[in-house]
Amino acid sequence: MELLVASAIGILTAAGIYLMLRRRTFPVILGLSLLTYGVNIFLFATGRLVTGAPPILNKYAEVAYADPLPQALVLTAIVISFGMTAVVVMIALAAYLSAKDDNINMTHTTEAGEDA
Amino acid sequence: MSLFLIAALPFLGALFPGLLIRAGRDACAFAAGLASLLAFVGLMTHAPAIFAGEVIHARVDWLPQLGLSANFFLDGLGFLFATLILSIGLLIILYARFYLSRQDPMGNFYTYLLLFQGAMVGIVTSDNILLLLIFWELTSLSSFLLIGFWKHLPEGRQGARMALTVTGMGGLAMIAGMLILGHIAGSYDISVILQNKEAIQSSDLYLPALLLILLGAFTKSAQFPFHFWLPHAMAAPTPVSAYLHSATMVKAGLFLMARLWPVLAGTDAWFYIVATTGLVTMLLGAVIALFKDDLKALLAFSTVSHLGLITMLLGFGTKAAAVGAVFHIINHATFKAALFMTAGIVDHEAHTRDIKRLGGLRHLMPVTFTIALVAGLSMAGIPPFNGFLSKEMMLELAAHTDWNGSHLLVPALATLAALFSVAYSFRFIAHTFLGPKREDYPGHPHDPGFGLWASPALLTVLVVVIGLFSGPVVGPLVQVTADAVTGAHPKVYLKLWHGFTPALYMSAGAIVGGLLLLMLHRWLDRAWNDAPRPEAKAIFEGIIARVTDLARGITDGLHNGAITRYAAIMVVFTLAVSIHAYTSGTLGLPTRKMMEIGLLPAVGWLLLVVATGCILLLHRNRFLSLILIGIVGLIVSLSFNYLSAPDLALTQISVEVVTIILMLLALNFMPKDTPIETPPLTRLRDGGIAVAAGVGIAALAYAMLMRDFSFESISAFHAANSYKGGGGTNMVNVILVDFRGFDTFGEIIVLGIAAMVIYALTEAVLASKVRAYLLNRKPDMLMAGDAHPGLMVVVTRVMMPVALMVAAYIFFRGHNLPGGGFIAGLIAAIAVVMQYMASGFGWAAERQRFPYHGIIGSGVLVAAATGLGAWFNNVPFLTSDFGYVHIEPLKEFELATAALFDLGVFLAVVGAVLLALESLARFAWQPGIDTDHAIDINPARDDLAANEKNEG
Repeated sequence: MELLVASAIGILTAAGIYLMLRRRTFPVILGLSLLTYGVNIFLFATGRLVTGAPPILNKYAEVAYADPLPQALVLTAIVISFGMTAVVVMIALAAYLSAKDDNINMTHTTEAGEDA
Repeated sequence: MSLFLIAALPFLGALFPGLLIRAGRDACAFAAGLASLLAFVGLMTHAPAIFAGEVIHARVDWLPQLGLSANFFLDGLGFLFATLILSIGLLIILYARFYLSRQDPMGNFYTYLLLFQGAMVGIVTSDNILLLLIFWELTSLSSFLLIGFWKHLPEGRQGARMALTVTGMGGLAMIAGMLILGHIAGSYDISVILQNKEAIQSSDLYLPALLLILLGAFTKSAQFPFHFWLPHAMAAPTPVSAYLHSATMVKAGLFLMARLWPVLAGTDAWFYIVATTGLVTMLLGAVIALFKDDLKALLAFSTVSHLGLITMLLGFGTKAAAVGAVFHIINHATFKAALFMTAGIVDHEAHTRDIKRLGGLRHLMPVTFTIALVAGLSMAGIPPFNGFLSKEMMLELAAHTDWNGSHLLVPALATLAALFSVAYSFRFIAHTFLGPKREDYPGHPHDPGFGLWASPALLTVLVVVIGLFSGPVVGPLVQVTADAVTGAHPKVYLKLWHGFTPALYMSAGAIVGGLLLLMLHRWLDRAWNDAPRPEAKAIFEGIIARVTDLARGITDGLHNGAITRYAAIMVVFTLAVSIHAYTSGTLGLPTRKMMEIGLLPAVGWLLLVVATGCILLLHRNRFLSLILIGIVGLIVSLSFNYLSAPDLALTQISVEVVTIILMLLALNFMPKDTPIETPPLTRLRDGGIAVAAGVGIAALAYAMLMRDFSFESISAFHAANSYKGGGGTNMVNVILVDFRGFDTFGEIIVLGIAAMVIYALTEAVLASKVRAYLLNRKPDMLMAGDAHPGLMVVVTRVMMPVALMVAAYIFFRGHNLPGGGFIAGLIAAIAVVMQYMASGFGWAAERQRFPYHGIIGSGVLVAAATGLGAWFNNVPFLTSDFGYVHIEPLKEFELATAALFDLGVFLAVVGAVLLALESLARFAWQPGIDTDHAIDINPARDDLAANEKNEG
């Protein structure tokens, strides 16, 4: 199970970084989203993996609980990353509509051909 | 009065002039004067104690671990400077009231002036060097504002920039030097540092510390070769020059040298650096001053020269020389401030400060002439004025100083400087006031009103009184100051007549020589102007231009706009650091057993891998990749659920919905495909980087997951206190709204700001020419036959109350079971977004009564009010409370203030999500689409009557 989670984190990160290194805004946003998944799962995993033990206190019996702290952290991270994605999407859209170009490198438009 | 209050009064007073300027210029000046006066009176209440030899302390520890404390102390030296700063400050405030014209923003002026005054008082009363440094930088900043006060004059702006650059750089050097000093002494308290003379002077770091501190002091006090900024700062209004550049700011460097004199002085390094610099500066300033035609420039170079004199005396390192330095600080402040004000009066009345265009003003401005005469003779060092006394002391001391074995060098150069000093002082008087009356003054010179000449006149009275009765008048003050500088000092005797000493002959020689020079001035001036000499301003600007070019070259080279490259460099760098950490550290063996892999997780993993792979392969088809990323998000939320994190699963899946809608909205206006731009080799390189990073993070995650915590986690505390202290059984929610409530509070504010940014960008883009493009835009994809299918409209409207009910349910149970404000907010937002999608933007917007900004704001306010409520119970911000209530016919239930906080979270999330989506949706608005409603049912039915009336 740990192997699955660790490899999933790795795959999401690798895919995210590859897309982040593309030249257009949309793939970069996709890459950021994938990277966000990877990072969030990684943070969540710092509490180690447990099944069937949600961090809800049981008044009647002594049971094991998953670590609540990383969960709380990741919960806010998910919401914040939505905010970040929304702002980035907005900037990408505004830039595209204003310049009719969604290339993220600024050298391309000003000095065409100089920086391939 | 407390030292804190004395230091704070000018800052507090700085608030008023800016506000009171509406009540008139007198009220404005009065407010400024009152603040200074109160501080001055407060200072004087300490006078008896100071003259009795006591030192007054005031201390508040702020960050004692870092040695940061708000420590103030007042001894003789601090008292002398604070007296000068506050008393001359008062005179300047009076003078400036009449000097500034109606066009000048006087409120700003007094505010800047008081800020400066507060910073200066802070410097001279600080007992902590870090505190002193803060005040030091504040004087640089406030003097920048004052020098550049006439913003419309390019000279003012350039002079202000030059002063800030030079003194600011010196200040930076000084920070380093002071930190070294504090490091050697083991304390940042000046009173402790002063006890550690041996430790400091025997340290290897003594010389670097000395050089750095002197760099700060020399730049501030305009010592050669940093003297050039002072004349350019003369572009400031005259009250500023009189205050900053005669009595206060330029003396800050001297103050610092005097303050640290007990621990820094007495070494060869000190003598040769400080005394030599002072001597060179004194001579150079005096020579240049003689050839300046601008009255203020003449005075500026004279100030440079006198500052050099005091620096030299401090550099001699003997106790007698320190007394001379202290005495000359007082004398120079009195006559130079008076002279600057006189120059200001001449400028004000004659409309020029050019000596070549003046002369004969004696007949027209008798009062001004008298003041200038007395102060000018004092500057020249003519008895019986106070300048004579301290200059005699200087010459006497110089006569007994060896420089590298030479007995004659210092006395000869000092006499030469005195000679030039006599010459320029006489020139100031003679070429401005004496001689025949002229007919071609630009203005109509006459004596100004009392308000303008009162301040310099008062100072002139002091010049005479100190000169005649130096012992009784300033003797005690010089005594306590000298005690403070040098430790216990033998009794100081100040008197006018010293007998026939070498100094007297040197003085007499200087006066005769000076008069001769003045007679020859016409020829000398011509020779001087013909001689080539370096122009400091051009050199300074050349250096600045070079540095700017260099900085621009480096910046443009690194920051070339290729954002992809930045990202690649960042990833590679992180990788390199990680590899270094991996190779240099040790990796523990696994301590946990691997969990068994069930069928369900294996299927989920496979789906995730396949979906991610497909995104990589098909990302050029943007629409398809959005669907694929939805699959990834779904698997991620299911995994959260499987791995005992139901709250995360709920949050992830609802965020997933809004994110995909958001991206779809944006994609609507963007190209639907990504072209292939990069060569295969680049893609291979990027792939390599990505794979390396992925393998690294996977290995890291695996290594971490297979080991237990090295240290005990703080999670146990949360589990133990969640119910007892927070009143909830859902630990995650209790952490969010209670244990870490402040983080959450910050987070909803960030989320709100993000939504506002999106709204603002939308407004900006829609106000630009993009709007025309959007209005005329033809869709690039096939449109649906029916934009708002009836079935969907009906279903979403039926779903609305149900969805809201679910949101309410999730919200209320959140404290004890998975749920809470975040998730409930997302669900409620989705319920509303469904209406936008099904029934159209116009339809939904019409029914939206509360602006989303308001909802965000109310959320933040509700959360803040809940937090503040804790204060009324005398507990810290955001401390929660809970209790149980029983209202018939309901069962007993719990009420927690945390729920109210969660309501704030809920509102902020709803507002932020909807504001973001609505903003993006507004791009799609085109004329005509509003009117087209799929099913025109108005739930309020308020159009029913109207319809019936029309029919009937």
